[in-house]
Amino acid sequence: MEHYLSLAIKSIFVENIVLAYFLGMCSFLAVSRRVETALGLGLAVIFVLTITAPTNWAINTFLLKDGALSWLWAGFEDVDLSFLQFISFIAVIAAMVQLVEMFIDKFSQTLYTALGIFLPLIAVNCAILGSSLFLVEREYNLLESTVFGFSSGFGFFLAIVAMAAIRTKLKYSNVPEGLRGLGLTMLITGLMAMAFMSFSGISL
Amino acid sequence: MAEASATVDTQVQAKPKEKLFSKKNKRTLSDPLSDNNPITLQVLGICSALAVTVQVPTALVMSGAVVFVLTISNVTVSILRNKIPSKIRIIVELAIVATLVILVDQILKAFLYDISKQLSVFVGLIITNCIILGRAEAFALQNKPWPSFLDGLGNALGYAIILLVVATGREILGSGSFFGFQLFPDSWYAAGYENMGLMVLSPGAFILLGLIIWGQRMISQKFEEN
Repeated sequence: MEHYLSLAIKSIFVENIVLAYFLGMCSFLAVSRRVETALGLGLAVIFVLTITAPTNWAINTFLLKDGALSWLWAGFEDVDLSFLQFISFIAVIAAMVQLVEMFIDKFSQTLYTALGIFLPLIAVNCAILGSSLFLVEREYNLLESTVFGFSSGFGFFLAIVAMAAIRTKLKYSNVPEGLRGLGLTMLITGLMAMAFMSFSGISL
Repeated sequence: MAEASATVDTQVQAKPKEKLFSKKNKRTLSDPLSDNNPITLQVLGICSALAVTVQVPTALVMSGAVVFVLTISNVTVSILRNKIPSKIRIIVELAIVATLVILVDQILKAFLYDISKQLSVFVGLIITNCIILGRAEAFALQNKPWPSFLDGLGNALGYAIILLVVATGREILGSGSFFGFQLFPDSWYAAGYENMGLMVLSPGAFILLGLIIWGQRMISQKFEEN
């Protein structure tokens, strides 16, 4: 149990997917103008990451990895399909996003309208594909992958909501012309990354 | 900005015969290098721009990979632009890009194994690099293969320039070296000079890129709302 808690803390704070690995920066910069939209996107990312991480783990372990197909037939022991990783992961993510979208549309109309355009955009969010590739590289097991997926999403959620709140406050300040928008957002992200790095001593 | 360059180019096509390097085609190539840079002005592709810039060699290989993928995907999408049904175009584009990225990844694993280990997941993340889908959507879907090729090349080179500038800054300040060669003599370190550890970590990249964007916008005089 402690192991999973420590993994969660690590991927939320110390190795935050946005601030330490630069993943999902595009949507982080584009959707952090207002707190409500940032909340919506953050929730959608948590949702999709928690589903896609274990799914992609299963696909990699039972279909793609070196020798993974041996459960099908003994002769497949030296079949290595890992070069198909990228294309199958992105296909799973795109399909999952579509599925989640239909599911939410059917069961919670309010959530659907709140998330709106952000759901389809998540398919091309680096954070989702990045976490799937990370969990393969770090050889996580099923439970670790799920925890990692959820807490990466939560890290993204925290970062984007905090950023949106800061940018809302900044609307009333007098910023040098050239620094407005992207430039200042980058500098603030840098400061936020520094703050998140101060968690790096924590281990449970 | 992307729409503007796209409309410019549809006008180009209206002319019956056009030189291979007409003025407008040249501008398609040169605009993204500075005035309409994908990273600093269009805000595309920042995801991977920062992670691979701790050292210059990795940034150089990453730039090469993006040049390859972006030009070929732009040309492919442009050739297929009348055949792709608009409802499933994102999936089709993703499939084209993913195929090219798999190719790059296999080549890197075969010939530049050390660097491909250092780049780790970031080669795969070229698939979701916003520049590639962004250019396919904004330019290649409306234009002929040759201008699309130039647009892809120009944007990839604009991306590469920023990547190399950030990487050079980070390597010199953070590790005191360039391309792996030590720049500062040992006597400097003995006298108390220290490498800036911050530059090796992620905040250094954010701050450096923020400053570069500031400089670039002061030069090009293109500002946005706060």
